[in-house]
Amino acid sequence: MTDGAPLLELDGVGKSFGGLRVIEGLDLVVREHEIVSVIGPNGAGKTTLFNLITGLYRPDAGEIRLDGRNLVGLAPHKITSLGVARTFQTLRLFLNMTVKENVMAAQYGATKVGVLRSMVRTPAARREEKEIHRRAEEKLSFFGERLMGYRWNQFAYSLSYANRRRLEIARAMATEPRILLLDEPAAGMNPAETHEITELIGKLRDDGGYTILVIEHDMHVVEGISDRVVALDHGVKIAEGSFEAVATDERVVEAYLGVRGAKEETEAG
Amino acid sequence: MAAGGGSGVPPDRSGPADAPDSPRIGVDEWVASVEGKRERYTGLRGRLTREWDHLPPPARVLVFAIPAAIFPLVTTEGNLFRYGLFTLIYALLALGLNIVVGFAGLLDLGYIAFFGCGAYLYAILASPQFGYHWQAEAAIPVIVLGTAIVGLLVGLPSRRLFGDYLAILTLFFGQAFVIFVNNANRISFPFVGHTDLTGGSNGIANIDPFNFFGYKIATTRQQYYFLLIGVSVFLVLLMFVNDSRTGRAWRALREDPLAAEVMSIPVNRLKLLAFVCGAAAAGFTGAIYGTIATAALPGDYDVGLLITIYAIMILGGFGSIMGIVVGAVVVSSVPELLRSSANARPLFYGAILLALLVKVRPWPRLVAVLGGLVAFGFAAHAIASAAYPRLVHGHAIGSGVFAHAMNHWMLLPSHHEKIADVAYVFLIAAVVIVPQLGRLWRTVLIPPLLYLVMFVWENLLLEQIGGATRLILLGALLVALMNARPQGLFGNAYVEIA
Repeated sequence: MTDGAPLLELDGVGKSFGGLRVIEGLDLVVREHEIVSVIGPNGAGKTTLFNLITGLYRPDAGEIRLDGRNLVGLAPHKITSLGVARTFQTLRLFLNMTVKENVMAAQYGATKVGVLRSMVRTPAARREEKEIHRRAEEKLSFFGERLMGYRWNQFAYSLSYANRRRLEIARAMATEPRILLLDEPAAGMNPAETHEITELIGKLRDDGGYTILVIEHDMHVVEGISDRVVALDHGVKIAEGSFEAVATDERVVEAYLGVRGAKEETEAG
Repeated sequence: MAAGGGSGVPPDRSGPADAPDSPRIGVDEWVASVEGKRERYTGLRGRLTREWDHLPPPARVLVFAIPAAIFPLVTTEGNLFRYGLFTLIYALLALGLNIVVGFAGLLDLGYIAFFGCGAYLYAILASPQFGYHWQAEAAIPVIVLGTAIVGLLVGLPSRRLFGDYLAILTLFFGQAFVIFVNNANRISFPFVGHTDLTGGSNGIANIDPFNFFGYKIATTRQQYYFLLIGVSVFLVLLMFVNDSRTGRAWRALREDPLAAEVMSIPVNRLKLLAFVCGAAAAGFTGAIYGTIATAALPGDYDVGLLITIYAIMILGGFGSIMGIVVGAVVVSSVPELLRSSANARPLFYGAILLALLVKVRPWPRLVAVLGGLVAFGFAAHAIASAAYPRLVHGHAIGSGVFAHAMNHWMLLPSHHEKIADVAYVFLIAAVVIVPQLGRLWRTVLIPPLLYLVMFVWENLLLEQIGGATRLILLGALLVALMNARPQGLFGNAYVEIA
């Protein structure tokens, strides 16, 4: 399961804001067709890690490579076009655009017809437009009937919370990525929806062919999907391995529960 | 369809996509209410909106272009100049601004400077100022390209700015342009010496009419049709762009620049593109305006016009292409229509009646308000004529049945200046206070308040209709409309969720 070629590699990546070191000397390898979960308490630097990979922040040290190509210093839209797509923990949909338009807008980097050609709708522009529609429908159909039919023409703001999370994923898929970075895809969902998203992430890998790096707090989800789990605390990798190994790691328990809590835990166990 | 329990729901639900779905997981009450609203417009209005949505862009433009093409046939040259030309100029300007503000969400307050650039460039290329008399087919591309480059230059330093910061920077550019053209009559160029580039505060006069391969566009009618073709073509282009890769990217950037960037959209480049497209459109419009006005004067490109164009956009609804055309018609023709009291009176009372019909519900309440108003008028007239006859000795302005009726219903003092001024101040106080009262008091006070409004209108405003009044009324109309429909006439209500 973990013997694919390395797709995303981080080498000694570091980032600090002022005097606050958010990520320090982080090494991470995500192999092709792997699902890797990043866990850690609040403020551990998980979302910062995503911001570094997608180019929103520039690392102070280290190197980030996608398929051997260095991503450091590239503009975020360029990194996305190379094959890294993400969702946002806080949901940043284009609210006043329709569901389908959200997915169509994200295909900008994967298409090329410019403003002049679309002004006069040349045959090439029309062909590409048709292709954009087709791809959008294909991405949306990934979620069963959840985002299909009349929902295409609904504004994104009218979607339920769970559907907005699904649309975030569909929009990220529309950029034709090789690796999907999912930032807490199950946050705010009820148990049934959480279960659904767990199955969906598996399906994204198996049917969609994506490599997935996911931040998640819900340990049931992490257990259900992960090939490998990486635990962060204060910007440092404290554990890596299978879910069982990481979940019982002393330092991980300590990071979540504190030193005294961890002691009580070991005494009880 | 059963709502999934705690045991899990398979991600793939079989069944037709448009099956009536009962509320289930993920559909909270608020969302359900939105779904309900979808079905709200079932009558004529719903059918019209659906039909409209299915029309292809060129057909939509014809809905506007055909009546506009007939307009010159049924009106005089003077009316065509007053109503037609300016409406189309405003529409073209607002449509260009719509690219920048409506699509890309960049608050550009220097837009009028590009309009001025176009007019001055054409004035330089085709007037006795330098003795150049370029053909229009050569001048227009040069002007469009020139203003596009100016747009690029202004856009470059502001490409990292959004919102208020961008507004301040572009406003500065707009003002700098006015100061420049006011003073560019004594520029000292190396090798050339002193040059009068813009004519200073006198501007450049005697601009040539457009001359396409020897065919001159000189009369009002020709200019009107030229503009109409320009607006129609521009409308189609805009509708195509709006529904294209670039248009979607612009709107995405308006919604959330950071998310747009991460979704593979080069935000800075698209902002520049919006600036350049808007500037080019404004430059083109400016050249046309130069030929119509036959002069380029610095005062024409100041903040006043900017506010008018923004008023059109706000009235029509940001980002709504056809809304802007309607906004241009309203904003440019209402002040002109209000110039004569013969037009102003039906407009004024029509607007009041319309507002009552829309706002006062249910209908028994409306009947009570209207009945109360009529009764209040007759009572006031009777009491005044019995107790203080001087109050009813005057005569309503104008003639006809309505003015005659007014003489028996409205208080028209023989010397009305002072009393009308006082009433005007009272009216403003009343307009502020009455909405704060409870529902019962509001209903009771509406007839006297309306009577007061009409009293001020008949005795004060109607007399000065050619001057300040029409602008006051236009302002009041805009305030009322924006309160009733903040999203503009044809805009979609914007929703922000943190």
